[in-house]
Amino acid sequence: MYDGGKIIVGLIIGLGLFLSPFFYNAGKAAKAPAPELTPKAKEAKVCVEPASYMRESHFTLLDEWRHTVVRDGERYYKGSEGKRYYKSLQRTCLECHSNYSKFCLECHNYLDVDPYCWDCHIQPEEKK
Amino acid sequence: MGLDRREFLKIAGMAALFGLGGKAAIDIFAPGELEASMEGIPVSKGKRWAMVIDIRKCLAQQAKDKDGCKQCIIACHRAHNVPDWGDPKIEIKWIWQDSFEHSFPDQHNPYIEEELRHQPVILMCNHCVNPPCVRVCPTQATFKREEDGIVCMDMHRCIGCRFCMAACPYGSRSFNWGNPRKAPKELNPDYPTNRDYPERCKGVVEKCDFCVERIARGELPACVEACDKIKAHALTFGDLADPNSNVRKLLKEHYTIRRKPELGTEPNLFYIV
Ligand code: SF4
Ligand code: SF4
Repeated sequence: MYDGGKIIVGLIIGLGLFLSPFFYNAGKAAKAPAPELTPKAKEAKVCVEPASYMRESHFTLLDEWRHTVVRDGERYYKGSEGKRYYKSLQRTCLECHSNYSKFCLECHNYLDVDPYCWDCHIQPEEKK
Repeated sequence: MGLDRREFLKIAGMAALFGLGGKAAIDIFAPGELEASMEGIPVSKGKRWAMVIDIRKCLAQQAKDKDGCKQCIIACHRAHNVPDWGDPKIEIKWIWQDSFEHSFPDQHNPYIEEELRHQPVILMCNHCVNPPCVRVCPTQATFKREEDGIVCMDMHRCIGCRFCMAACPYGSRSFNWGNPRKAPKELNPDYPTNRDYPERCKGVVEKCDFCVERIARGELPACVEACDKIKAHALTFGDLADPNSNVRKLLKEHYTIRRKPELGTEPNLFYIV
């Protein structure tokens, strides 16, 4: 093998570079997201559906809401607890969850998702 | 209607099965229960919403105000977060005014009566019975509601191809050339004007939707409410399918015209001249 030494050194450096992010982050765990509830949300105790479902599938529910409201004109939702809700991100969800950066963004950043809801829907003003 | 409820339930169920929900999700959402929880109630009652615009009453109000009355336009654009770009080339309008001659080019008459000559007429989407905009939309982002005839926009779907703008013979549609949030601050000091209503993003088309969100709550469209508030009562909104409705009564009693009827779009806006 011509220039065997150089090739092997090159390969080792290349591999090292490739794996560097793993070494860099080894042993450190990223901070788990801790979304904060506003006092109002805490007081309400229940969301539209149980918290576990909302945590895992709120986007499915929101997608269903947007579809049925915009296309079918069905504006009310009956939660599994039997309570009726006006299907609106801005008027219903944000009524309690008015802390976008501490609630929505916590997990969205952790999971690196960037939903485009906020291109048009207006976030509540947050007190700094 | 795209995704129907049953399909959605299936997908949601599958997602829950594949680790998203685990036991808790299945416990909570036993199939029967979930079905019940998705039941919605349609609230809008009319079968064919329409508007009768009394040009005489409107013009009487125009004559009273020094700069002409713009109350309906202001109310609509405030309610729907429609920004003022200060440039007619990129303006967004849901409801606007144009001269009688431009509004009704088919009524061409060089000797038109003085009261109407160059006078402003209130214009908006006609919510046509045969809407060409709906026919050309490749994504069904604009669609006609079968229940009440309103021609709606689904902003989530619009890809901004502007076929609908080319198809609409009335210029009822506007394209967002920029993000409305970036509209000049001097012209829109308190924008967004209605924090209960969304904005749009760059690259979608928008237009009047007969205030679907308001009539769902049993309120009148914002323009009608504004006109009634100043006691001009030039705009009347009602159900054309009901023979005893306010709009049918007006149509029975007055001579009305529609914009470009020869095109066969069958506008649901009627003008008393
Ligand atoms: S007026 Fe234009 S935008 Fe409105 S329904 Fe008719 S064709 Fe469509
Ligand atoms: S611009 Fe939007 S609403 Fe108009 S035809 Fe294209 S996709 Fe449909």
